[in-house]
Amino acid sequence: MNGILGGVIGAILFLILAPLAGGLIAGIDRKLTARMQGRVGPPILQPFYDVGKLFEKEDVVVATAQNFYVLAYLAFIALSGALFFAGGDLLLIIFAFTLAHVFLVLGAYSAHSPYSHIGAERELIQVMAYEPMIILAAVGLYMVSGSFYVSDIATSAVPAIVYLPGVFLGLLVILTIKLRKSPFDIATSHHAHQEVVKGVTTEFSGSTLGQIEIAHWYENIFLLGLVFLFFAWNPVIGVIAVAVTYAIEVFIDNVTARVRWQAALKSGWLAAALGIANLAILSYMMLGGA
Amino acid sequence: MAFLKRSPWLLHYDASSCNGCDIEVLACLTPFYDVERFGIINTGNPKHADLLLITGGVNEKNREVVKNLYEQMPEPKVVIAIGACAATGGIFRECYNIVGGIDKVIPVDVYVPGCAARPEQIIDGVVTALGILEEKRAKMAGATNAKEEARHAEEVGETT
Repeated sequence: MNGILGGVIGAILFLILAPLAGGLIAGIDRKLTARMQGRVGPPILQPFYDVGKLFEKEDVVVATAQNFYVLAYLAFIALSGALFFAGGDLLLIIFAFTLAHVFLVLGAYSAHSPYSHIGAERELIQVMAYEPMIILAAVGLYMVSGSFYVSDIATSAVPAIVYLPGVFLGLLVILTIKLRKSPFDIATSHHAHQEVVKGVTTEFSGSTLGQIEIAHWYENIFLLGLVFLFFAWNPVIGVIAVAVTYAIEVFIDNVTARVRWQAALKSGWLAAALGIANLAILSYMMLGGA
Repeated sequence: MAFLKRSPWLLHYDASSCNGCDIEVLACLTPFYDVERFGIINTGNPKHADLLLITGGVNEKNREVVKNLYEQMPEPKVVIAIGACAATGGIFRECYNIVGGIDKVIPVDVYVPGCAARPEQIIDGVVTALGILEEKRAKMAGATNAKEEARHAEEVGETT
């Protein structure tokens, strides 16, 4: 593909289409969840109504700094996703992605509310839990395709999933954390509305909360893109795998109770251990083969 | 434009109710009534809420809590008093510690009768409240526009 132009087009398409696709996926998610619970559920377009409403509401600002931090969160999530779909360096993408969450945590800390602070601490714990595994995923994809560039990995003819089943399983575990789903949804307590009120998002309202929601849509599309890379040698299987993965995540969300943060941290690192074991076997096999 | 009507998030507070009405409020969220069909979500956070569903007759201890919750909700917002106690103090009206009715503390938009109020009635009350919510939103948007126009007129006046 003619490098820079393709990259720019990919990035622009992501910036425009990802919120639409992300919102739609969130709507399907809620409908699916409702059906699993024997309910009718909200319309598919409900997430768009929610965000539209948030932009209509009064924006109650506790500390002006929080608006800046949330905007930075949205910008860096969008940037990491845009770099991903531009075929950029996976390591740079992951660093931008982490930085985005640091801004969210700073935003939550800038309001003087105990709930918001507990949420921020839990968000930091979640970052600690998933960070090792997400880097291992990048390393694994590098070992298989020989490049950290998403454009090379996506066009590589090697079926990455065959070589990296452990890494993929590990990624599924941290995907539950990243999609803010039960059993690891400890920072925003999406389902347990009254646990720490609403965790990191407690002190955000109106358009600021809307921005967080949009950032989450961007984030979900980026993560599903990461899942796709494992099946990139065959795009049809890739798309099916992404859909199945998301359905499994919704299922897990509905059948599990939420765990404590200690368990979330242990699970994240156990996933990382699984990933490391996978990579160790892979490098041993590669050395033996060469 | 009318997103607010399609996505009302509610906050439920028990201001010294006997719990009868609270059980009926929560029944609305179960699969049988499933108010999430209308985009209604039960939040635990006043800063995310559009509707305040409140039960019971308010006692001297939680009077400040009720006020605080109401003040923390961003505009536009609607208060729904659920059950006889929330409307007038009900059976507890003569008690030494009961203030008597939510409207003694904060402005109420919709009263849902009953002891305990039935889930169907509560849903009906919420739907009525959505109309009021939309009115309030239009008024708020109108006020913002008027303010902007006044400021603009002032600026024009200053330059000429």
